[in-house]
Amino acid sequence: MRAGASTRRVVHCMGTVFSFDVRAPGVNDAVLDDAAWLLHEIDETFSTYREGSEISRLGRGELRLADCSPDVRLVLDECERYRRITGGYFSADAGGSLDPSGYVKGWAIERVSNLLTDAGATSHSVNGGGDVQCVGDAGVGTPWRIGIADPRAAGKIATVVAGTGFAVATSGVEQRGAHILDPHTGQPARGLLSLTIVGAHLTEADVYATAGFAMGRQAREWVQSLTGYQAFAVTEDGGTWSVN
Amino acid sequence: MKRILLALVGTVAGLAALLSFKTHSGLTGGAALPAASLPSSAPSSTSGGASAPSSSAPPKPGQSSAAKTIAGQAIQTRYGVVQVQIVVSGQKIQNASFLQLTADDPRSAEINSQAGPILLQQTLSAQSSQIDGVSGATYTSDGYLQSLQSALDQAGIK
Repeated sequence: MRAGASTRRVVHCMGTVFSFDVRAPGVNDAVLDDAAWLLHEIDETFSTYREGSEISRLGRGELRLADCSPDVRLVLDECERYRRITGGYFSADAGGSLDPSGYVKGWAIERVSNLLTDAGATSHSVNGGGDVQCVGDAGVGTPWRIGIADPRAAGKIATVVAGTGFAVATSGVEQRGAHILDPHTGQPARGLLSLTIVGAHLTEADVYATAGFAMGRQAREWVQSLTGYQAFAVTEDGGTWSVN
Repeated sequence: MKRILLALVGTVAGLAALLSFKTHSGLTGGAALPAASLPSSAPSSTSGGASAPSSSAPPKPGQSSAAKTIAGQAIQTRYGVVQVQIVVSGQKIQNASFLQLTADDPRSAEINSQAGPILLQQTLSAQSSQIDGVSGATYTSDGYLQSLQSALDQAGIK
C-alpha cells in the first residue's frame, strides 16, 4: 500500500468488476454494502442482458418511455444530449438496438463515488472495469496515481495520471474484443488502440472516451476542442499522442 | 472461461521495475509526487520462467483474519508471464494484484507541465507499487483472465 490505511471492496456487476478503494477517513462496511447495492440496482434497471430490465422492456416496446423510472429517462436524455455533442459518435443504439450501457457504467461509478463522498469518504477511488473516479488524495499530500494500461503489451503501463480529484476513462480494442462501433458505419472503430480521457467527472469522461475512440484518427482534433480535458492515445500503428 | 474483468487496485505485489522517471517542477496543487521514494533502478521481474517470485506485499491493515491469499496459475503469454494473486474473504474478492508480469524495456519521455491531473509520459511496469489503480483494458488480457480464473476456482468463488 502506498499511503495510509485503505478499505477495499470488489463487486462483480454489469459483466465487469468494480472496486472501491477508500482511504482515510474511512467508512464502515454498511456504506460499502450500500454502494454495492446501488450498482446492482442500476444493473437491474439498465442491463440489456436481463429480459425484465426496464431498458430491455423499453427496447422491445413493452414499456413506454413516459412510464419508465426517472433514472431511465434521465439517462436516455443524457445519451441523446451526448449524441448531439459528439456528432453522433456516442450513441445509445450504435449496435442497432437500445443500449445505453456506454453511459451507464461511468454514471454508475460516479454515483457510487458520490455516495461514498456523502458518507464521509473524502478520499477514495472507484474503478469499474478500468474507468476510475478518484476523489481527494490517495493519502496526505499524496496524489492518486492511475496507470494507463498499454494496449501494445499486456501488463505494461503506457503512462500515469496523477492528481487530486479526477476521473480517467479508457476505451480500447482489447476489452471484450473490438466492441466499440462507429455508429456511422456500424463497424468496429479503427485508428486507435486506446484512448484515455482525463477530466473532473467520470460520466462525461467515459462518454468522451467512447466517442473519441469511435472517431479514430479524427479523435485528436476533436479532443483538442474540448475544455477541461486531457487525453492520451495509442494509435493503431503503435504511436502515441497526448493532449494537455 | 468465465468472463471476469478484474479491476486492479492498489497494493500490487512487489516486482517493481521502475525503469525511468523524470519529475517535472510544473506539478501543481501542492501535491508533490513521491519521487524521492522511487528507486532509480529496481530489480526487474522475472521475464522468462513461470516460477513465483519470492517478494511479497506487506500485510494489509483492515484485512480480516479470515482472508485468504490465493495465487492463480502463471500463464505464459506472448508478452511474458502473467500471474494474478487475489485476497479472498468469504465469497468476496478483497483485492487482486499481479504476482508476475512481463518486465518492461526502459523508455523515457518528457513530462508535460499541466495543472490538475497530469499525464506523466513515463514508462514503468504495471506492477509498480507506486500506482493506485489501472485504467484501460490490457490487464484483462487472456493470460490475466486465465490466471484470475484459476485463482477464483481455487477460492471456490463462482
